[in-house]
Amino acid sequence: MVERYVMSIDQGTTSTRCILFDHRGRLVSVAQREHEQHFPRPGWVEHDAVEIWRNLQRVVPEALTSARTDPDQIAAIGIANQRETTVLWDRRTGAPLGRAIVWQDTRTASLVEELGKQPGEEFFLERCCLPPSTYFSAPRIRWLFDHVDGLERRAQNGEVLFGTIESWLIWNLTGGRDGGLHITDPTNASRTMLINIHTLDWDEELMEFFGVPRAMLPEIRSSAETYGEADAVLPGVPITAALGDQQAALFGQTCFSPGDAKCTYGTGSFLLMNTGTDAVRSRHGLLTTVAYKIADHPTVYALEGPIAVTGSLVQWFRDRLGLIHSAPEIETLARTVEDNGGCYIVPAFSGLFAPHWRSDARGVIVGLTSYITKGHLARAVLEATGWQTREVVDAMNADSPFTLKRLKVDGGMTSDNLLMQFLADVLDVPVVRPLVAETVSLGAAYAAGLAAGYWPDLEVLRSNWHRAAQWMPEMDPERREWEYACWQRAVERSLGWIQPRSGK
Amino acid sequence: MAGPVQSIERAAAILRLLAGGPRRLGLGEVASSLGLAKGTAHGILRTLQHVDFVEQDEATGKYQLGAALLHLGTSYLDVNELRSRSLNWADALAARSGEAVRLGTPLEGQVLVIHHVFRPDDTLQTLDVGALLPLHASSLGKVLLAFGAEPVEPLLEEGLAAYTRHTLVHPEEVKRVLGEIRELGWGAEVQEMAMGEAGIAAPIRGHGGLVVGAIGVSGPVERICDTQRRPQPALITLLREAARAISRDLGAARW
Repeated sequence: MVERYVMSIDQGTTSTRCILFDHRGRLVSVAQREHEQHFPRPGWVEHDAVEIWRNLQRVVPEALTSARTDPDQIAAIGIANQRETTVLWDRRTGAPLGRAIVWQDTRTASLVEELGKQPGEEFFLERCCLPPSTYFSAPRIRWLFDHVDGLERRAQNGEVLFGTIESWLIWNLTGGRDGGLHITDPTNASRTMLINIHTLDWDEELMEFFGVPRAMLPEIRSSAETYGEADAVLPGVPITAALGDQQAALFGQTCFSPGDAKCTYGTGSFLLMNTGTDAVRSRHGLLTTVAYKIADHPTVYALEGPIAVTGSLVQWFRDRLGLIHSAPEIETLARTVEDNGGCYIVPAFSGLFAPHWRSDARGVIVGLTSYITKGHLARAVLEATGWQTREVVDAMNADSPFTLKRLKVDGGMTSDNLLMQFLADVLDVPVVRPLVAETVSLGAAYAAGLAAGYWPDLEVLRSNWHRAAQWMPEMDPERREWEYACWQRAVERSLGWIQPRSGK
Repeated sequence: MAGPVQSIERAAAILRLLAGGPRRLGLGEVASSLGLAKGTAHGILRTLQHVDFVEQDEATGKYQLGAALLHLGTSYLDVNELRSRSLNWADALAARSGEAVRLGTPLEGQVLVIHHVFRPDDTLQTLDVGALLPLHASSLGKVLLAFGAEPVEPLLEEGLAAYTRHTLVHPEEVKRVLGEIRELGWGAEVQEMAMGEAGIAAPIRGHGGLVVGAIGVSGPVERICDTQRRPQPALITLLREAARAISRDLGAARW
């Protein structure tokens, strides 16, 4: 019998990856291509959507070749994508109308500030469960309408299509201007600020508020069902799943039960907890989001705590301070000392995300004395990731009916043993790393394989999950509380640093 | 026996020249000082730069000795970096073999476990990272000895402790086994550290083929070995593929 595989496409912030998985959820082959990051002005981040589509057309055949397999051995395609990144394109020609505006882009800051005052946070929280932030898509569409001549009129005439990256890719994969499917899924749609999170439909009041015509919005389908067959790249292969990357990681970590949580440690970190079929509204600075919706099963929701700076603090330590040559060396340097020597680093480089949401915060290093060495600073760098996670977990425990019992982790920083042990110590729960580190890709593959009948049910997927490593809490409780109190005092000192210049 | 290799002699001369003074030297100065053609000197300098023995100043383009030369006696690859770069392959090896995977590097006459992937059966296991293993009684250690990552003589002089009746304790026996490991490209330990336990290991190579660590699979003897107490060929294949993949990523061209 010929072996069949599921193909996962992970369109991320820096690269596009194509991975094939077998029945047991094991990685068979990988192909990857990076795309260019455009920074036209301070705070602006853009991608070329055409370059991304071209990279996808390259990595797919590369992954097939390295697995020595053919398109007819691919049972289904699943897509995971960078979230909130906004693409507008011409329905007739298929050409993007300008570069994609990336989720990190803060050009909508002043617009967002106005939204906070008028109509005020509550207007948005009631409908889409998101506070106004530069993070989400709808303010970007408004910004484009306000800054590109004739764009709003063309959109009203039905000439313009909007999508996050998965919509753009699926439209191109299924024929583009010759009948391409213009669709999205609830995990991606829930990050636009344009849907009602309970009905999972575009919200009339929100659309009207942002001036976004329904004609430009994609149809919302479930996260796992047969959308259609690919026309380009893999003719005839069904596309059966789409999920935002962090929700895909939650799925790949098989967090299918209420209370299950994972944190992905990359440049930034994203902690998501499954809250079951209830959309829990956060009172403690977390986001309510769709975790997944499988075909016509009830929608599963999650609470999410995004942390802006974790791995990127290590990169800063390496590239800007030059105290280490490679990121993993931070552990070697940190182990030259016993503790942080009383030093704390709050990496509020562009404000703080969850649970504080303070754009007026900036980074601080506190507790400096002549005793402090670069080893202590390295400790403080790693500990910053631990404490930021603790703050999000505290908010989760306060918001959700579930208490975190263990944390599943993934991402590049999980290779750092000192950090993983520290995480278990400050959270006071076991920290577990799964055998497949590529959880984003695996999650998209799982959802796609489920919809295509490649895997029968969630139980089989759960049995594919294996523990590769586990760290148990060891820290003395009194010390934990004291250190946490010190961290919280450090955070206070980072707040309110940015102030308007006097005399202006 | 072949005569001295000219390019190595020239490289040594360049290093001596750079070590001679506190000043950085330009390509022209190096070439004229040693009577070399500029192209020749440039080729050697670039190679020395590639192995971090020489550094080039970005602004002036001038050369000086590299930091790596100061640490010649110590391991040049950070163990945490080695773990980070082995992570995906070690996971894949555990997934495919169904057994626990460990990575080891030499540390003061023992093997330091720098990475550990649990046997993927979700039974209770504790992380072994930081544990020390005997060089002569573990497959990781024997591989490190066989490929020169750790000298064998001090160990033989000190005397070899017996952990089980299968532990290699005679110097001649150890030397013979290390020779076999060099020939095969992998090593085994069958009930030599603990009865009922077995393991196999293969070298991880960095630039130029230098062995920087070892990766191994271990478990109950009846799963690692066949009925003749010989390691399963299928496991050896998986192990060697993983070792080669990590080595390739670390820049060992031929593996």
